[in-house]
Amino acid sequence: MARIAAPGESGAKMNYQSRYDHWIGGEFVPPVRGQYFENPTPVTGQNFCEIARGTAEDVEAALDAAHAAAPAWGRTSAGDRANILNRIADRMEQNLEALAVAESWENGKPIRESMAADIPLAIDHFRYFAGAIRAQEGALSEIDEDTVAYHFHEPLGVVAQIIPWNFPILMATWKLAPALAAGNAVVIKPAEQTPASIHFWMSLVADLLPPGVVNIVNGFGVEAGKPLASSARVAKVAFTGETTTGRLIMQYASENIKPVTLELGGKSPNIFFDDVSSARDDFLDKALEGFTMFALNQGEVCTCPSRALIQEGHYSEFLDAAVDRTRAIVQGHPFDTDTMIGAQASNDQLEKILSYLDIGQQEGAKILIGGSRADLGGELAGGYYVEPTIFEGNNSMRIFQEEIFGPVVSVAPFGTFDDAIRIANDTLYGLGAGVWTRDSSTAYRAGRAIQAGRVWTNCYHAYPAHAAFGGYKGSGIGRENHKMMLDHYQQTKNLLVSYSPRKLGFF
Amino acid sequence: MSADAVSRVAVTAAAEAVLRKLHAVNGPLMFHQSGGCCDGSSPMCYVEGEFRTGASDVLLASLPIAEVPEPVTFWMSKDQFERWRHTHLTVDVVPGRGGGFSLEAPEGVRFLIRSRLLTPEETKVLDSSE
Repeated sequence: MARIAAPGESGAKMNYQSRYDHWIGGEFVPPVRGQYFENPTPVTGQNFCEIARGTAEDVEAALDAAHAAAPAWGRTSAGDRANILNRIADRMEQNLEALAVAESWENGKPIRESMAADIPLAIDHFRYFAGAIRAQEGALSEIDEDTVAYHFHEPLGVVAQIIPWNFPILMATWKLAPALAAGNAVVIKPAEQTPASIHFWMSLVADLLPPGVVNIVNGFGVEAGKPLASSARVAKVAFTGETTTGRLIMQYASENIKPVTLELGGKSPNIFFDDVSSARDDFLDKALEGFTMFALNQGEVCTCPSRALIQEGHYSEFLDAAVDRTRAIVQGHPFDTDTMIGAQASNDQLEKILSYLDIGQQEGAKILIGGSRADLGGELAGGYYVEPTIFEGNNSMRIFQEEIFGPVVSVAPFGTFDDAIRIANDTLYGLGAGVWTRDSSTAYRAGRAIQAGRVWTNCYHAYPAHAAFGGYKGSGIGRENHKMMLDHYQQTKNLLVSYSPRKLGFF
Repeated sequence: MSADAVSRVAVTAAAEAVLRKLHAVNGPLMFHQSGGCCDGSSPMCYVEGEFRTGASDVLLASLPIAEVPEPVTFWMSKDQFERWRHTHLTVDVVPGRGGGFSLEAPEGVRFLIRSRLLTPEETKVLDSSE
């Protein structure tokens, strides 16, 4: 086991500043009202920096900067914008470990995850959209011999992006990369739980971006997020979060007739058909890992496979093996390279998970492993740790219906294929799903029948660029991670051109 | 058991104190229970009317808060309510950081729902009053 140095320790790859102002127009700008809030690390619960507590005045200043920058950025050639995105990716790659340290310290996730997943994915994402914008073409329609409809892509202008706290740098990248590629200027508000890591990212790439193209306003949702989301000066709002705020953002957007994209979470089923256990081989091993993915990122993933549906024929045998695999999860200091599960991102998140462990038991679900807060002692005693937990119950229980956003999976058996699909779809959400079977026909039919935007088939929790990600049902509107995302950040300009010199004859 | 004595939602004394403080600054208040990821499953507190409820929402309770003239309404989406209706909810508050556009976040606290199963008697009274 190796221990990566955390911020503040000797040999740390990065250290945070003691205070972060807003980043507006290419420089730090103090909050107009002069207020700051404390930013704790979930690893120990200790505060490590102060963050500007933004208000409507700061949002207006950021919008001023974005509007000043947007026209020139929108006119920059696709090739030049792509070059800048590629340079951002290169800079991130040169500083991969430092970015991973920043992300893990602020969010509490294991360093091994931020090193192997979050930051490499973010780097690739910038490169993907650099390529996508170079390859994007307009279209033309030949209406008749002398009339042509030309379709151009134009940037929307200035867009607002509100980022969640579960993958602070990666989720910011999912939204920034397509918006910038498409030629928009951005005002971005990071989550108040994870407000600092994006400033460290910006410190690495600021010289690559024209001032005002990316502006960061920090603060609380009600004080900074609301004025941004309700502003008539933004051309679009992109939000990842939960349903009530999603509805509120749509409501504000309706007042200004602006589009939104929303990713609002899910309650993803992970389905294991009998034939998974028909051999003791690599595939079974992979499926058991797929089950245990509920603990990835402490379960703080919108697509956490938090409902495991196991077919009756192998139910006991597979579940026993899954409990063993869960028991083998290494929980510890997020900066130990062997640690598989770290800290929940905030105290209120910890409390919410504990409230679900409580109601799950009251509803009669049986705890097969875990079920409590984990006290890791020492410097971690004040951190927010939860034991990986497996519940056994039925799909009508609250723990099967609400995203707990913790390392908690609820398991139920099913009989037939139709039962599996019925239970899988008996949810308000439809973001992700998993299907595990050795039979390609079953896999295909299940994947098509599940009402979710992403069905991982014999895999789970892969997030490559170039695979569309987004929700059905209550899980939101729009897609990310794919070149079709460019469309969410572009207007269509149609020039309808007549090449005929002859009048129509009406007048 | 009379209908007046039975409610779907209660508020802890600590949450009441936060609501009094928020009311003093903002005026009448409402809750809308969120679902989904990140800060989902938490009650969001707004100025009354800030969040537009409609035919897809259910009013679970109008919560009397000492020293606050207007009861605080507690709403939930109808489809979510169908999956929560067997449980009694208590609005509590914990130290926390942020969550959507909910009013209490800048105070360094976060409203939180604690739940218990409704008793058969409570269920009977509540179902007959709807």
